[in-house]
Amino acid sequence: MADDKSKAAQYWSTNLRLILGSLVVWAFVSYGCGILFRPLLSGISVGGTDLGFWFAQQGSILTFIGIIFFYAWRMNKLDKEMGLEE
Amino acid sequence: MDQFYINLLFVGASFALYFGIAIWARAGSTKEFYVAGGGVHPVANGMATAADWMSAASFISMAGLIAAGGYANSTFLMGWTGGYVLLAMLLAPYLRKFGKFTVPDFIGDRFYSKPARLVAVACLIVASTTYVIGQMAGAGIAFSRFLEVDKDTGLIIASVVVFFYAVLGGMKGITYTQVAQYCVLIVAYTIPAIFISLELTGNPIPALGLFGDHTASGMPLLAKLDQVVQELGFAAYTADVPNKLNMVLFTLTLMIGTAGLPHVIIRFFTVPKVADARWSAGWALIFIALLYLTAPAVASMARMNLIDTVYPNGTDAPSIQIDERPEWMRTWEETQLITIEDKNNDGRIQFYNDKADMSDKGWEGNELTYNRDILVLANPEIAQLPGWVIGLIAAGGLAAALSTAAGLLLAISSAVSHDLIKNAINPDISEKGELMAARASMTVAIIIATYLGMNPPGFAAQVVALAFGIAAASIFPVLMMGIFSKRINNKGAVAGMLSGLVITLVYIFMYKGWFFIPGTANLPDNVDNWILGISPLSFGAIGAIINFIVAFVVSNATEEPPVEIQELVESVRYPKGAGAAQDH
Repeated sequence: MADDKSKAAQYWSTNLRLILGSLVVWAFVSYGCGILFRPLLSGISVGGTDLGFWFAQQGSILTFIGIIFFYAWRMNKLDKEMGLEE
Repeated sequence: MDQFYINLLFVGASFALYFGIAIWARAGSTKEFYVAGGGVHPVANGMATAADWMSAASFISMAGLIAAGGYANSTFLMGWTGGYVLLAMLLAPYLRKFGKFTVPDFIGDRFYSKPARLVAVACLIVASTTYVIGQMAGAGIAFSRFLEVDKDTGLIIASVVVFFYAVLGGMKGITYTQVAQYCVLIVAYTIPAIFISLELTGNPIPALGLFGDHTASGMPLLAKLDQVVQELGFAAYTADVPNKLNMVLFTLTLMIGTAGLPHVIIRFFTVPKVADARWSAGWALIFIALLYLTAPAVASMARMNLIDTVYPNGTDAPSIQIDERPEWMRTWEETQLITIEDKNNDGRIQFYNDKADMSDKGWEGNELTYNRDILVLANPEIAQLPGWVIGLIAAGGLAAALSTAAGLLLAISSAVSHDLIKNAINPDISEKGELMAARASMTVAIIIATYLGMNPPGFAAQVVALAFGIAAASIFPVLMMGIFSKRINNKGAVAGMLSGLVITLVYIFMYKGWFFIPGTANLPDNVDNWILGISPLSFGAIGAIINFIVAFVVSNATEEPPVEIQELVESVRYPKGAGAAQDH
């Protein structure tokens, strides 16, 4: 447990902001680029098809990996900064 | 060497490896049995999670689904990977910090409620049992095709193997076998894909070959594929989907369902620290992505190869003569997974979409039908790869089925021995007694799964609807609220879980039949009858939203949770002290 309440509250609100930001990217690449905005991206061609198809079949998965490692790196650093690591 | 002996060699060698690990990793305590002692390295856990997660469906069926549906079935690729983002940020670190053994454990403690724990146990058992039957049946089919034994005999062999390492080693045995099974399955999936990609596109990396040029025509592979499938009357491979709402909801259901499946969640209980749980989710997704980035390439290339086999001189030239059809078609015809019928008696095979009228060519209907599942299994044969690659595929398919089956069986048996026997029926049971109960529950679960695999009930085929629907509509929301809200109380959680679950099940039953009994559906299962065009398979996401709303409203109308529960929520949010919580 944190030494004082405000530090704990700060830790948690930083975490929530980070999660929210990550979820925006998560939704943007899959539901956005992969599904809903595909017609808008149809002008950008990638290997015989369009960018939306690439996001749906590969791009979103690659982005998901990036999001998780970014989140893990950022939170593990925050744990240490706040003295909350194990 | 005869193909049968090659297959036997590969499958036998992989099984010997699993047995060796089982003997090495015996479980001596309940903690070892439930969570492998809590000391698994995050990378090893990532690998085990990948094997746990990638089932016979991922290994065998997914490429076939994408080959048939093209872009429209990208939902499986995004849906079955995007859930790990949710797991990594919304569930895994906090549940690891909580530091107990099962998913109902958290739900029961956080909502200080026996009914909540029991609803969670029921959801877990229904979802996991549905899932495990498919794995057992998949293993049975792989055995019967590659080792030429009867399907039921194959199933029994598979059960004995799982029994050996799961009952002996519990989570510890399962974890290290899954690491080995991951290696077997990823090698088995990748090697034939590399050969096929080289053959079709000249690129040794299948994921890049998918967007490369088709060597034979010089056109981009996907453009060529779009052209030939359209010439045969099918929809273009990369065609867009008009019903975007359903596509979004289906993907969302798969994502939150993935994050809510207990057998995946409990894998994150096995790492030493909260920080490791976060890293481990990333490693898991990397290992999963190695297969999931290759799968869409396998899908398009297999579809291309199949069409090339039937029309060796292009779709305008006469198709292949039935007498000259390749050996692999004959082999698979014996299993009736491929059927050929010469409808216009011209001695040739016409393969096309017979909703399109091709009578001007003298075609009187499609003459080749195949089961989608054979695409991956027959892929090496279609591409005329050497016999050892086929043996590898056999071992890989079995590894995928067995690793997932073992993870599911552990989730079921720990819910029975820990949540039912230890927490609900006999709290005074000794550590030794609980370990014995865990082994006994595992044995019973294996016997039931084997029986149901031999005599699959109607619900067995509804894995996507039932398992993902339940996990999405009941388990995921209640776990998330338990961590992110201090206000949700026992009444809100139970009301939320039950309403999400019941509404989802009713929507599924309306279209698929009540309890999947044929003939009891109220409405035909097609897009014209779906409410707002939402398929019953996509409804789990709606169920989850209902769960959140009901839990919120009921909790706010009733009293706040007790102070000690609010402190519990505080404690799972901060990593410090996870090590101490290990002493359960």
